[in-house]
Amino acid sequence: MSREGLTGSRIRERRVMAGQKQADLAKAIGISASYLNLIEHNRRRIGGKLLLNIASALGVEPTTLTEGAEAALISTLREAADDAGLSATEAARADEFAGRFPGWADVLANAQRRIATLERTVETLTDRLAHDPHLAASMHELLSTAAAIRSTASILADTKTLEPEWRDRFHINIDQDSRRLADSAQALVGYLEADPETTPVAHSPQEEVEAFLASHRYRFATLESAGRDGDVIDRLTQTAPELKSVAARHIARDVLHQVALDATALPMVTLTKAIETFGPDPVAVAAQVQQPVGRVLRRMAAIPELRAGLLVCDRSGTVIFRKSIDGFVVPRFGACCPLWPLFAVLGNPGVVTHARLEQLGRGHSEFDCVATCESLPAQGYNVPPLVQAVMLILPAQSTGATSIKLDVGATCRVCPRQACAARREPSILNDGV
Amino acid sequence: MSKHVVLVEDETNIAEAIRFLLGREGWRVQTLANGATAVEVIRKAVPDLVMLDVMLPGKSGFEILKELRADAALAELPILMLTARGQSRDRDIAEDAGVSRFMTKPFSNEEMLSAVRDLTASGTADA
Repeated sequence: MSREGLTGSRIRERRVMAGQKQADLAKAIGISASYLNLIEHNRRRIGGKLLLNIASALGVEPTTLTEGAEAALISTLREAADDAGLSATEAARADEFAGRFPGWADVLANAQRRIATLERTVETLTDRLAHDPHLAASMHELLSTAAAIRSTASILADTKTLEPEWRDRFHINIDQDSRRLADSAQALVGYLEADPETTPVAHSPQEEVEAFLASHRYRFATLESAGRDGDVIDRLTQTAPELKSVAARHIARDVLHQVALDATALPMVTLTKAIETFGPDPVAVAAQVQQPVGRVLRRMAAIPELRAGLLVCDRSGTVIFRKSIDGFVVPRFGACCPLWPLFAVLGNPGVVTHARLEQLGRGHSEFDCVATCESLPAQGYNVPPLVQAVMLILPAQSTGATSIKLDVGATCRVCPRQACAARREPSILNDGV
Repeated sequence: MSKHVVLVEDETNIAEAIRFLLGREGWRVQTLANGATAVEVIRKAVPDLVMLDVMLPGKSGFEILKELRADAALAELPILMLTARGQSRDRDIAEDAGVSRFMTKPFSNEEMLSAVRDLTASGTADA
């Protein structure tokens, strides 16, 4: 039955909730009880003055009666029906269900949302080794030590004629490594048991989006040619297996709109030609192609040969887009290092900073980072602008020696930086694992 | 002349075990504990085989791998990667960058030796 057709059910529901008798309501609005009964059973269409009168007698907005439960509730119920494998005919009755039993519908919808959250948690925990930099480092330590012990032990066991010097040497090594293994194992257990707050709670839609973009290698040939075509973008996001949640599809759509806008304003040929002339120098390139630096940074990230990473954050400092680059860690849980130029430029819209970055305590890879912050188009008069900061992360070139060198971290918990004014919480690295 | 392998591994005890095992097979083993100079050393040495760890001080194994493969003279050099980070993503990165073989720690000595034999047997057949 159509949603509009259920107005009668909603009137009945509201009347019962208000503890009013059918006859009393009928009298109050000046119709017969039997006519109201027909209305309440959806046997008579209702509208206009009569609807307004009933709404006012029940003390509700007329739309509550005509439109019923809010759309969000209905869509959650549909998801529940879908997950449970209900037939399409049954699933289509979500509205009717919500209209007749709003309390129960809420219970079901809340349970459905709770299930989704828990599923994300399970997924995240399953995937934790890949996403928790600290855990990954500890596991690396464990496996390396285990590898040394395994190799050494089997030499001792399998080599019939082992010279005494080698034998002594390997015994010492095994002794050292077994202690190290015991210590790391203990520390790891401590980490896993301690501080339940460090347990990730959500596998974020952001990560789904990153997986989706990575599977396309951050290049969308169709958008390069089609421009900002909503249908093309919808097709890309609707069919992507990586985009599981509604939120992820929403974010991906926004990202692709930006990609299309950027591609139209700054075609790849124009960009690569400018880079050939000026090198990968975003400010020089931006001046040449007469485009904002932020756009140049985003477009440069789409050139595979530059092997660049890209981060975008909004005014709150939340990272809303990331293209990973090997060796530069962007924490998935917990906040990023505030020393990154990405955040430094938030307070200085328009300024373009250039710095050589090294993330302490991991691989010692260096990166050339260019960051800038730009205001988004005004949303109205007298409204402070929304801003976005963009940071392009290029593998360090040996020629870029003139820029400032910055030692930064990934996130405080796994950062060894001493005496850091920006530190938010103690590092577990200093206690050693 | 004995075969020559450059081993880039910062875990000294693993390096020592590998040095012993390959030494017994007649290999000359040159070990490096730091990634920073690895590419240069390998370019000069032109070894028969390179064994690379991923997490290294100075420069990561992936970077070393990419730089070696970017050099046309070293395009055919057998490179065996040893890593404790056995995630599929790491394997993908290594394969994209042109690794010859990817091996996860802890490995058995026999596994490692047979990988070395496989990699260098095909190398000599070509030469």
